[in-house]
Amino acid sequence: MKMELIQPFINAADAVLSQGLSGTTKVGHLSMEEEGYRCQGVAGMVALTGDIEGRIILDMEPQTAVRVASHYAGADLPESDGLIKETIFELANQVVGNAVCALNDQGFHFRVHPPLLLSSAEGDKSSEDVEALMICFETSLGNVFMNVALRYNKQRMSEHAAAGR
Amino acid sequence: MEQFAAVKRSKDGQPVRYLIVDDSVFARKNLTRMIETFGGQVAAEAGDGLTAISEFDRTHPDIVLMDITMPQMEGIEAAEKIVQAHPEARVVMVSSVGYQENIVAALQRGARHFVQKPVKPEVLYEVIKYVMGEDGLVANAAGAGV
Repeated sequence: MKMELIQPFINAADAVLSQGLSGTTKVGHLSMEEEGYRCQGVAGMVALTGDIEGRIILDMEPQTAVRVASHYAGADLPESDGLIKETIFELANQVVGNAVCALNDQGFHFRVHPPLLLSSAEGDKSSEDVEALMICFETSLGNVFMNVALRYNKQRMSEHAAAGR
Repeated sequence: MEQFAAVKRSKDGQPVRYLIVDDSVFARKNLTRMIETFGGQVAAEAGDGLTAISEFDRTHPDIVLMDITMPQMEGIEAAEKIVQAHPEARVVMVSSVGYQENIVAALQRGARHFVQKPVKPEVLYEVIKYVMGEDGLVANAAGAGV
């Protein structure tokens, strides 16, 4: 488990959720996932390629997504598939964006791919050399699950080393 | 949400008018709510860079709040095109991806400032005051948020 890679995502999710939802966020259950990812509700996945590769999945119950969107908008919003997807994607982008800034400051370069909706109950499998960490963030509007599976791209890292970067 | 002393246009005392550009309706609603607490007014919204350019031409807002990653045309390119056509345009980039390369690219291509998401209202408020400069004035606290 590459905690040095995962910690920026935990910090970013904690900051985005606590700040966006104007309340405290508690890190609840943590678990290692070796089997395929099972959606808890509706999930959005962001892939990373470059010096570090892998993916981050943000997942929540549809009702939680609607509550989050309503909180941001300052008014009750009607539930729709579009709103739920957009809420999850925006939160995922904010979490990943903040985390990659921290990793970029440490000298890692990579590409962040646009979020994708995980429609099946079982999403990406973690590969044999990448374990996934599942973290549950308990917020006042409901639980938000984040599943992080990342690894160093050894070829890219050795190229950087050879180039003296 | 916290209330702020309203920022008005110094030339006529009218609310500062904003063009909000983000492909996420969710993010646009959030920014709208924030600028309303600054006493601002939404002149237009756009979900991509191309629409942002046409909406700028149509509404001539005082400030553009521009996301970076968007379909059709990304925010930095749209900011550059707007500033090329309207050198007086005040474009503030608002993005989750706030690492140095992005910030430098945005500033080099005409943006006046950069705010990282999740946006803190107090940070955006200070940026708005800074970017408006002498063209903006802070009204009495009694007028805040209205």
